[in-house]
Amino acid sequence: MELFSLFFGAVVINNVVLTKFLGMCPLLGVSRKTSSAIGMGAAVVFVIFGSSVFTYALYYQVLVPLNLQYMDLITFILVIAAFVQFVELVLKKYSPVLYKALGIYLPLITTNCVVLYVTLFNITEGFTFVEMIVYSLAAPIGFMLVLYIFSTIRERLDLADVPAAFKGNPIALIVAALMAAVFTSFVGLI
Amino acid sequence: MKSVLNYGMSLLKENPVFGLYLGICSTLAITINLNNALGMGISVIIILTISNVVISAIRKITPDEIRIPVYIVVIATLVKAIELLIRAYAPAIDQALGIFIPLIVVNCIILGRAEAFASKNGVVASALDGLNMGVAYTLSLVAMSLVRQILATGIVDLSNPFTNAEIFSITLIPSQYTIPIFSGAIGAFLTFALLAAGISAIKNAEEKKLKGAK
Repeated sequence: MELFSLFFGAVVINNVVLTKFLGMCPLLGVSRKTSSAIGMGAAVVFVIFGSSVFTYALYYQVLVPLNLQYMDLITFILVIAAFVQFVELVLKKYSPVLYKALGIYLPLITTNCVVLYVTLFNITEGFTFVEMIVYSLAAPIGFMLVLYIFSTIRERLDLADVPAAFKGNPIALIVAALMAAVFTSFVGLI
Repeated sequence: MKSVLNYGMSLLKENPVFGLYLGICSTLAITINLNNALGMGISVIIILTISNVVISAIRKITPDEIRIPVYIVVIATLVKAIELLIRAYAPAIDQALGIFIPLIVVNCIILGRAEAFASKNGVVASALDGLNMGVAYTLSLVAMSLVRQILATGIVDLSNPFTNAEIFSITLIPSQYTIPIFSGAIGAFLTFALLAAGISAIKNAEEKKLKGAK
């Protein structure tokens, strides 16, 4: 039950995008088409899950015994960078279409704040291994959910008549504001 | 006077936050009040300037294929140093900004300037570029935080981050007329959207003027 509320809370109530404002660059950059939004979301789920497990093990098995906790930021970011590189190679070989669609945003997963945030949050919150697994699946799923909903709205926005000054990103941010309003109404559900 | 005006115009038009949409995660998250905005802004100015200098100094010995990991390690080291310094000397800022201080590592502005400017230019030019971009970023944070703090609480205040002593506090809107929603997520997105729209309106007007002149 506790794990379920951790999962649900991370996906909907404490959504990383709409309440913590993380991962805004891909949200604005890759949300023009639904298909690339799903692809990006899936890539982020994979990267976050993989690098979370890896960094969690690294932190407790290597850094803590050696008293090197202050090296967390540097080792974590390197693990993430290596993982992203790995995903990039795999996608390039097996799904060239998706690889092209994601373009520059794929290497930029390294600098996607959600990834570093989740790996650091696992440590600062003192999660057990199981809690860490649940949280590192839930947080990126929340990201994917918002990215998907956002892209469906943006596909329609392309056809709408938007004032010149609001064209492009400003109107997308208004959409984000309305979505944040919807998601805040989930607070207090659990 | 004119050069000041020109500088202001370039800050507005080539603004890393409202023009290029870089580093907006932290912009949205921490601009609840002026203290946080200045704390974050000054940390970014310091990190960006030093990282630009270091990356520009090692640009000739950095192999091209692994330059991004090298940049990230340089930036992460600086961020960790600043994080530890803030925790030691300005605990109030550390409390308020929390996890957003380590997340400066993934602030796109810093890696963006390293890649776009410092890796191709000399040390002095890179230092100036870092300072310039950092100031532009800080000003954007201050603008966002002023709008949000005034609308949400009606008060503008600033306190010394090292001693927590209040420097000034002005009440602009009586508390019954404030709009608390602006301190939350909705207000953050809304403020950002309106400021970005305002800047793109200025840009559009400028472009029209140029076309009219031709």
